[in-house]
Amino acid sequence: MAVAIAEARIGKWGERYYSGRVLQLLERGLIAFRSSTWMIVFSGFFEPVLYLLSFGYGIGKLLPTIDVGGETVKYAVFIAPALLATSAMNGAIYDSTMNVFFKLNHDRIYHGMLATSMGPLDVALGEISWALIRGLSYACAFMAVVAPLGLIPSMWGYLAIPAAVLIAFGFASIGMALTSYMKSFQQLEIINMFLLPMFLFSGSFYPLSVFPEWLQFTVNLFPLTHAINLVRGLCLGHINVALAGHAMYFVIMIICGLFFTTRRLNALFMK
Amino acid sequence: MPESLIHARGLTKKFGDFVAVNGIDFDVHKGESFGLLGPNGAGKSTAMRMIGATSSRDAGVLTILGKDPDKHGPQIRAHLGVVPQQDNLDMQLSVSENLYIYGRYFGLPRAFVKGKIEELLTFAQLEEKRDAKVEALSGGMKRRLTIARALVSEPEILMLDEPTTGLDPQARHILWDRLFRLKEQGVTLLITTHFMDEAEQLCDRLIVMDKGSIMAEGSPASLIKDYSSKEVLEVRFGSDRNQELAEKLRTLCERIEELPDRILMYTEDGEALLGQIYASGMHPKTSLVRRSSLEDVFLRLTGRTLIE
Repeated sequence: MAVAIAEARIGKWGERYYSGRVLQLLERGLIAFRSSTWMIVFSGFFEPVLYLLSFGYGIGKLLPTIDVGGETVKYAVFIAPALLATSAMNGAIYDSTMNVFFKLNHDRIYHGMLATSMGPLDVALGEISWALIRGLSYACAFMAVVAPLGLIPSMWGYLAIPAAVLIAFGFASIGMALTSYMKSFQQLEIINMFLLPMFLFSGSFYPLSVFPEWLQFTVNLFPLTHAINLVRGLCLGHINVALAGHAMYFVIMIICGLFFTTRRLNALFMK
Repeated sequence: MPESLIHARGLTKKFGDFVAVNGIDFDVHKGESFGLLGPNGAGKSTAMRMIGATSSRDAGVLTILGKDPDKHGPQIRAHLGVVPQQDNLDMQLSVSENLYIYGRYFGLPRAFVKGKIEELLTFAQLEEKRDAKVEALSGGMKRRLTIARALVSEPEILMLDEPTTGLDPQARHILWDRLFRLKEQGVTLLITTHFMDEAEQLCDRLIVMDKGSIMAEGSPASLIKDYSSKEVLEVRFGSDRNQELAEKLRTLCERIEELPDRILMYTEDGEALLGQIYASGMHPKTSLVRRSSLEDVFLRLTGRTLIE
């Protein structure tokens, strides 16, 4: 039966690299999630909520309102979209770096997967889809908390959920591509070294306009800055062409990430 | 002529300047148990990976069930069950979940895989461990689970890379027994090993590989017949005296091999030769007469032992 299933794909797109098994990989994610990884997923949800409580309440007392794009909004309204974007990033990065690194080098799970009739693109897409589902559930859960509190002023804010998925997709595909090149666990720390400053300086807690120009320019190169601007623009209803630019940044990330991940997995397993 | 499932001519794999597999020719027929015997680094695993369509060849012809692995990787892998040298079970999942998800990776329907799990747990003697996490299994159990996992797609060819390396003798015998059963069911087995006893037990036919090339091909019995004598007399005089007496022993026996710790003498009648040694005034500290094995074949072909 396995042969007939595999032969049904002859002549279809990417038949050497892709067998249409993304759902099966998600099934694996779900089984593993049921038994072991749910704690990590849980903490990923609470992190932005805790930030929101701590900063939104604490700093919100000192700084009741803040000007953004010509509008004056409550401080918590300002930071909520940034926290949503950041949690999409963190979830995607965890799934695509730590998680992938262990499966690749420690448990050698991909070796087992690629001995079946699956291809490397199945594995890449499957892992990334799992990260997306997490990004989606974080975004929905966070929205369910902040929307009733009146922290999402615009109806456009609902689009922040698909935007969070796009952001998770971008980070997951780049994260997986980078991880596939890493040789040791310690090298993964390089990614974390980059994440924290990006979180602190990408305009999560105050507008970038407080920075000197050279720093603004640098920070604008970071993906998280574009993620935050995209989600914040939607949540506040500041719809303009710049939002398309931010989204484009992530589309390019996704394409590059998938390309390098598939190429690298192919080189690692099909050499 | 039996049907050829795997056909290789001039199969070559290079890693930079290093030629891992150097133009080998062989055919594996339906239902047979075919072995690749050789020391570590002989190119066995590399050859296996090319056959498993997870490594591309640099030259030569290779077809598996008539298909070219460079063009039809997923379709070829659908025919194969792969047991790698290093276990790669899914540590986050239980024993039965490992079997289930592996079947799903082949795209098999849920109901089919669920039915298969019971059969495979019985085969691997792991019914009691179905809900255990993989980490809690012994080395022998993990290997049996890996074999069961490779069978979930009902492959025509089961490929085993060093299946019993690192297992204790009892676990090895259980595993051999399971592999015999598969052979009886008509599954074609492709086995690499550096254990000559394993090759003798399991393989109908084998190739002896060294440094990427095939040194000899045949059944274990015919290889022993062609490349060794009926019996081997092993004598030990103590490491300082072995070399000194080797010249004298050579006058008694046509072919002898000096190893660091002992001298092997190839003869048709070991006891008689031992008698002659005593008669010429030499008194070995220990002596042993045994049947020739594939180890002796390898020594003859390469001048080296299999496990160094």
